[in-house]
Amino acid sequence: MIKSSLRDRFALARNVACALLLLAAAPAKAADEKIDPEADRRALQAFFFAKFPNVAKDDFGNGPYAVNAEMRKQWKEIMEFPPYELALDEGHAEWEKPFANGKHYADCFDNKGEGVRQTYPRFIAETGQVETLEGAINRCRVENGEKPLDPMTGVMASLAAVMSESSRGKPFAIAIPDDPRALAAYERGKEFFYSRKGQLGVSCASCHMSPAGERMRGDILAPALGILAAMPIYRSDWGSMGTSIRRISTCSSQTRAVPLKPDDEDYRNVEYFLSYMSNGIPIVGPGTRP
Amino acid sequence: MIRAIFFAAGLAILSLPALAATQAEAEAAIAAAQAAESAAVAAKAAWTTTETALTQARKALADGKWDEAIAAANEALAQAKLSVEQANEQKASWRNAVFR
Repeated sequence: MIKSSLRDRFALARNVACALLLLAAAPAKAADEKIDPEADRRALQAFFFAKFPNVAKDDFGNGPYAVNAEMRKQWKEIMEFPPYELALDEGHAEWEKPFANGKHYADCFDNKGEGVRQTYPRFIAETGQVETLEGAINRCRVENGEKPLDPMTGVMASLAAVMSESSRGKPFAIAIPDDPRALAAYERGKEFFYSRKGQLGVSCASCHMSPAGERMRGDILAPALGILAAMPIYRSDWGSMGTSIRRISTCSSQTRAVPLKPDDEDYRNVEYFLSYMSNGIPIVGPGTRP
Repeated sequence: MIRAIFFAAGLAILSLPALAATQAEAEAAIAAAQAAESAAVAAKAAWTTTETALTQARKALADGKWDEAIAAANEALAQAKLSVEQANEQKASWRNAVFR
């Protein structure tokens, strides 16, 4: 371990040196360049539509199954008995169960929680922060005298599955209000997505932009476009359901970075960024992944 | 006879405990590594491999293997520093990776 770590250290030092050389050669960019989420979204979507000309826009939410024929074939067989069905059953039962004060989850959401998942994450003006779907569910619980749930799995994933199911087919419609704090949160999410992390020195973009559709060991890398549309997912590797935050946290570990706390601002912001990039892509969750 | 005495003295010098690492040195190395790792965690820059090396260092310390503890702690220290350097470097360069 120690010897290999030493090798890795030299490799990282070399990579950092190369990056610095490239940085020196690249044209200088203003650090305060204008934050323009809509221009970013158009560029990212155009990139993926050009990269995968045979993938329908509405199919991008299916991730690796949209871009790899063999995986799609396996997925269709899996979907004969979707592995998230038990979670949906649990979620529906939990959704209907009243809190101790007699109120329900439905009382906390627009339209009683039906068909609103595509509008999360949201920027909350009162807190000046991004709130994920799971954060909204936990806020609902706390405001009604209940304890918050684990935001990554279990009952939370089941409740998120119910809300996703009611939004199936509805395109992501993430709003970034004209508020400098919202734009800053979006920009920090973008920074997280493009920043190299962990001992392996890779970013989210390192896997989910240009290499999307390629194989990394046993996995087909999903395109960043639509990457959260199937959440929450039953992931075979976990053997259970997980929310967007669980998936992002797992990505952190895979780069050999120490994962942040599940409700960390950085995770919420990157979810905000990625969901905004997918505006127009329909929700397909709950989903399944290898 | 004199040669034998010099030989024995040489052996004694070579085996002096002062030449081996001490528990205090191992503890100091681990404390330095832990401080650097705490700084990396605070900067949201920590690597899992740093924590693995720190765990190895603590185990070696508990087993009385001071040299091993110091080697692992130094590895953890180096990785913790590199992880913070990586985060600082990325703050300056992430925009260069943005697809346009």
